[in-house]
Amino acid sequence: MSATRLFYIIVSGILVNNFLMSRFLGICPFLGVSKKVETAFSMGIAVTFVMGMASVVTYIVQYALLEPLGLEYLQTIAFILVIATLVQFVEMVIQKTSPTLYRALGIYLPLITTNCAVLGVTLLNMQYTYNLIESLVNGIAGALGFTLAIVLFAAIREQMEFAPIPESMKGFPIALVSAGLMSLAFLGFQGLVK
Amino acid sequence: MMKGVIKDFLNGLWNENPTFRLVIGMCPTLAVTTNAVNGVAMGLAAAFVLVGSNAMISAMRNFISPKIRMPAFVVVIASFVTIVGMVMKAFLPALDRSLGIFIPLIVVNCIIMARAEAFASKQPVLNSIADGLGMGLGFTLALVMLGSIRELLGNGTIFGLNVFGASYEPALLIIMPPGAFITLGLLIGLINLLTRKSKESSVKEGDRQ
Repeated sequence: MSATRLFYIIVSGILVNNFLMSRFLGICPFLGVSKKVETAFSMGIAVTFVMGMASVVTYIVQYALLEPLGLEYLQTIAFILVIATLVQFVEMVIQKTSPTLYRALGIYLPLITTNCAVLGVTLLNMQYTYNLIESLVNGIAGALGFTLAIVLFAAIREQMEFAPIPESMKGFPIALVSAGLMSLAFLGFQGLVK
Repeated sequence: MMKGVIKDFLNGLWNENPTFRLVIGMCPTLAVTTNAVNGVAMGLAAAFVLVGSNAMISAMRNFISPKIRMPAFVVVIASFVTIVGMVMKAFLPALDRSLGIFIPLIVVNCIIMARAEAFASKQPVLNSIADGLGMGLGFTLALVMLGSIRELLGNGTIFGLNVFGASYEPALLIIMPPGAFITLGLLIGLINLLTRKSKESSVKEGDRQ
């Protein structure tokens, strides 16, 4: 029971309900940091790290702090502060322990605070009343789906550099249309998980 | 004085329209615009938060130390978002359900943070309110345009009113996720095309969050 449920969450997070392609969470970095495959991949790894941790920490905050004290209405404020602090903390830890990784991820980390995928996944975890393990798995699976989509999209955009695109469609418009076609492909996974 | 306030208001409404010109705040733009009513609700909710947080942050701009300004802004914005969430749950439960987590997610809407940082933390209260109102209504305008187009093509209605008659075969794809990307892309492209003819300024691509 538990194992199949986790498997469902993983497939759903990566393919069926992909954060970028069907839930529309995290579109800003998706459009902003997707010009090169390498940077897109670094962003994906950083997001995976933070989303996994945020899922666990907000779970603890919700069930150990907010609910016993009857402060559920502070959820939004509490979660965003937790995420902001967490990002800052992760940044400091990486800076101290691995300067190479810090140079690779450095500039992307502060951006993650305002990535709606992170706050989104924590709110969804609460909405679906996932337990701790399920929340963690959902966070990581969602982030891997994010990484998959952003890397694929960056690869498409690299190819588009040399395509003859009408002047008014250059930049964001053509990026949005190609994202739409990608999303169409992801739509094919619908029905894979109930 | 009054002229400046009106200028700040109009700036957000079109010249620097957050959706069509700056291309920020994309998540709710794409996610909730399956129909026009959702677009209005989301736009007005964000506009309320923008006006409130701009006014508050502008009023406190001389007391917040620059070092801790980000967390301070976030707390102010999150408070207003919580107010909106509670009001919507109490008075518009159906709308609240269809907007789902995108109401709490107004906290991380880049438009609001961007205006707090770029405008409200430097300008007087009245101008900041005008800027928030302009940006908020500009955002609403964009959402309603996108929502109406998608509802019209995907469902044959606008604001629930049947336009094309019963024989219309709705293009379901437009209200599904791919339709959001494609419609917005084409809409921005069209606006670029129309404005480029009168003025040489198209949406420049930037590495912004």
